[in-house]
Amino acid sequence: MNKLLVATTAACALALSAGMAGAAPLKACWVYVGPHNDGGYSQQHDIGRQAVAKALGDKVDASTYIENVPETDSERPIRELAQKGCQIIFTTSFGFMESTIKVAKDFPNVKFEHATGFMTAPNVSTYNIRWYEGRYVMGQIAAKVSKKGLAGYIVSFPIPEVIMGIDAFMLGAQSVNPNFKIKIVWVNSWFDPGKEGDAANVLINQGADILVQHTDSPAPMQAAEKAGIHAFGQSSDMSRFGPHAHLASLIDNWGPYYIKEVQAVLDGTWTSHQAWEGFKTGLVEVAPLQNMPDDVKAMAEDTIAKIKSGALHPFQGPIYKQSTGMPSKETEVVGPGQVIDDKTLLGLNWYVNGIDDKMPQ
Amino acid sequence: MRIELIRRPQRSARMAVLSPLIAIALTVVAGFVIFAANGVDPVGALYVYFIEKLTAWWSIQDLIVKMTPLILIGVGLSLSYLSNTWNIGAEGQLAAGAIAGSVLPIYFPDWGGPLVVTLMLLMGILGGMAYGAIPALLKTRFGTNEILTSLMLVYVADLVLDWVARGPWRNPAGYNFPNSRQFSDNQLLPVIAGQHVTVATVIALVVAVAAWFLLGKTLTGFRIRVLGEAPRAGAFAGFSRNRMVLVAFLISGGLAGLAGICEVAGPLGQLRISVSPGYGFTAIIVAFLGRLNPLGVIVASFVLGLSYLGGEGIQSTYHLSDQIARVFQGMLLFFVLACDTMIFYRVRIVSTRRAPPPAAEAVRESA
Amino acid sequence: MSLPELQGLLLTIITAATPLLFAALGELVTERSGVLNLGVEGMMAVGAVIGFIAGHVTGLSVVGVVASVVAGMAMAALFAVVTLVFVANQVASGLALTLFGLGLSGLIGDRYVSIPGLSLERIHIPGLTDIPLVGPLIFGEDPLVYVAVALAIAVSWFLFSTRAGLIVRATGDNHVSAHALGYDVIRVRFLAVIFGGACAGLAGGYLSIVYSTQWIPNMTAGRGWIAIALVVFGTWLPGRVVVGAVLFGAISILQLNAQGYGVSLPPQFLNALPYLTTVVVLVIISRNRTLLRVNTPACLGQAFVPDR
Repeated sequence: MNKLLVATTAACALALSAGMAGAAPLKACWVYVGPHNDGGYSQQHDIGRQAVAKALGDKVDASTYIENVPETDSERPIRELAQKGCQIIFTTSFGFMESTIKVAKDFPNVKFEHATGFMTAPNVSTYNIRWYEGRYVMGQIAAKVSKKGLAGYIVSFPIPEVIMGIDAFMLGAQSVNPNFKIKIVWVNSWFDPGKEGDAANVLINQGADILVQHTDSPAPMQAAEKAGIHAFGQSSDMSRFGPHAHLASLIDNWGPYYIKEVQAVLDGTWTSHQAWEGFKTGLVEVAPLQNMPDDVKAMAEDTIAKIKSGALHPFQGPIYKQSTGMPSKETEVVGPGQVIDDKTLLGLNWYVNGIDDKMPQ
Repeated sequence: MRIELIRRPQRSARMAVLSPLIAIALTVVAGFVIFAANGVDPVGALYVYFIEKLTAWWSIQDLIVKMTPLILIGVGLSLSYLSNTWNIGAEGQLAAGAIAGSVLPIYFPDWGGPLVVTLMLLMGILGGMAYGAIPALLKTRFGTNEILTSLMLVYVADLVLDWVARGPWRNPAGYNFPNSRQFSDNQLLPVIAGQHVTVATVIALVVAVAAWFLLGKTLTGFRIRVLGEAPRAGAFAGFSRNRMVLVAFLISGGLAGLAGICEVAGPLGQLRISVSPGYGFTAIIVAFLGRLNPLGVIVASFVLGLSYLGGEGIQSTYHLSDQIARVFQGMLLFFVLACDTMIFYRVRIVSTRRAPPPAAEAVRESA
Repeated sequence: MSLPELQGLLLTIITAATPLLFAALGELVTERSGVLNLGVEGMMAVGAVIGFIAGHVTGLSVVGVVASVVAGMAMAALFAVVTLVFVANQVASGLALTLFGLGLSGLIGDRYVSIPGLSLERIHIPGLTDIPLVGPLIFGEDPLVYVAVALAIAVSWFLFSTRAGLIVRATGDNHVSAHALGYDVIRVRFLAVIFGGACAGLAGGYLSIVYSTQWIPNMTAGRGWIAIALVVFGTWLPGRVVVGAVLFGAISILQLNAQGYGVSLPPQFLNALPYLTTVVVLVIISRNRTLLRVNTPACLGQAFVPDR
């Protein structure tokens, strides 16, 4: 243990010798699964990181991040950050879960926050976004704007977060047009512009005039622009990829959360928690609203306000599971006025009624 | 001006030692240039890249953990390449071994203990062997080029692994997320040093020494080397070329499979949709860097393992793209390959003159 | 399936097949001369990033395309020097090239990730392009598709109807005899490798300028390896390589298309098809000794050092 302490101190000293001040500002570090400038998911985390640096100034050193960390090999980079003196580490991808817990065990004085996961520890929190709130709004917009009543939905993997998004989108669309339909294509990757573009073209060929994506590249938006239809962007503002196609993007806004957490560490009030926030605290935005009639825009803003205030919950009953027949008591999940609870949502693995595709096993 | 190669009458022992050193030196120089060109302090960066990881016990552990699969696979590949059998599919055999070795913990989650772990390792070896036998048999039966078949099969194996870990074998308590359940402690390899160095490292070192012994002191080793360097002589001596292809793939495939299950039952602790960041391909470089010598493979694994970790260090300290590790590895291999020529050939730069005087011609002819 | 749908589907397939075709044709010529260059992925990646940056900086996609070709040639030259002049092992050198190329492209492209780039518009010939189904397919593609088709024809003509092509094939089939006949084996192979690099670079440029109109690390996504497989799948004949490229392009598209129709097969199985098919084809052509002898360059992968 002594040797470890000496070695660690030596390593830290050497690493920090390149010009970091003595009385150290709080060091906050990030681990990204993709490039910090991928124009999507990881970039939004990086924007959040920069927001921390701006908001908390000298009190914080938020300059350190490791990007392109493969999920199979994530323990070491996380450990390296802990060794290099980071006091709070944000691991931003689901696949980092086990590694985060492992490293956290060895560094009880370092705080860890894991995005989109479900394992916690005394020094590990999880944080997540209620993306489904945004998806509901997008569904409403889609149903209003679409002439054919058919949207193409490009997705990565059948995990609960994605299923939640599909279901919420559908529920939102159905609240405007009960006969709205979607076609779902799985590309088995979070980020593969070639494949996403192909999937987009396939869906356009099959008659979709709205594209929705739960993948991270701008390829579907570009395909929509080329084909003259509309699309929703993901993670970051994708309007520049589709000036005429872009309706809205589901924007991850991690800044406010990161600032809150780092401030909590500074104040000594940080505790382990499982955060799942949405419109209310500004963690997710559906913006900028473009290329739609004013009344649709107004409806969208109205829905967002309602969800913010709690007057409307996307998963508010009656909600029926997908079935071949008419919706009935057997397939009802929640009745009128009831809301599906968080726990069920986090483990969601069924489609709502109205979706014709079968869920991949 | 032309570069001419003149074959040396025998291997230059001096160049054999100097060549990797020259290659490393050239890589360091090139690295200096790359760092400077990117606006980063070159000396500091080189330090972070090559030296810093050796200064702390925790990162030395990480280095050892990273070296272990490279040694296992690299040794197998060097045996294979020595016999002129080109197994490029180690990455796929690794995946096959990982899958085969995980059968027990997945289907019998309550079974554990040293016997079970040993069985897991054996099954991993068999899985790698079986998968490696495919390109071997295709070669011996149909004469199919093993480079291409073993390479294609890598993708197939990776896709099977993806399907298995995402589908039927995924953690039932994992909310539909991919990857298997975490293996219980008695289904994992025992840790022997620090927190991460498992018994797999010892196995790797033993395998390397055993391979060195096999190559240098046994008849099989002799066969391997003869069939590789002088196939016709080998044929005359009655060494079966076909048998050697099979043996080469079984050994290298089995070792790759072993590396696969050791990763799963070691650092990963579960079967994931991807269990290797390209060890099977990096090991090819390791084999060449180690000059196809099992002991050299250990040194080469050290160098390449360091380059991976160094890349991460550069990223977190200087915010340069992590791709720099690949650039270094590629450069190093190029330099090694180029410098190695000098072991077998003398390099001469010849200026193309017009009609040389006949006397000089005659002198050159007899040289 | 309606006509516009079929048309759209075929257009998508052709776009997916084009980069594969470029890279495969280049590798075909390289392998015909006896050199196995496994570094296609690396050359493609560098071609993609340089092509994108050049187009972005100058504002002209044509410049981008040309730049991608030059970049591919430069990477190929590196490989050629190491394997032909320094007589290094071709397999290892190819892998080094892949690594180096992928890393270099990531390093260079770091500042240009996810910037929307230029594109090459599909051509439109009034009257011809508007013919249903056939029109857009034959007369409405982006310019590089026509270049790819022309290249396939040109390569075929070159290899089998010209003396220079005969020399290339001779070098690949029996380099000792070719040398004895007075042909500069090293020079022929050098040029063949450079050509392969030019095509691989062009394939990369197509990816970042037409297919995705942006640069993203690892955007080649294994296409280089598929191109290598394609050459074997097509038994080193340009015509068959064209068929193979379309087939391989179709497989990935059709899998997505099937999903849109509600058919769900495990995607991994469909994604494995191109590779499995290649293995099967490899076996078939190896079994037939004549086919093998006639088409596989006998000296593929073997080093050649001219002695006095």
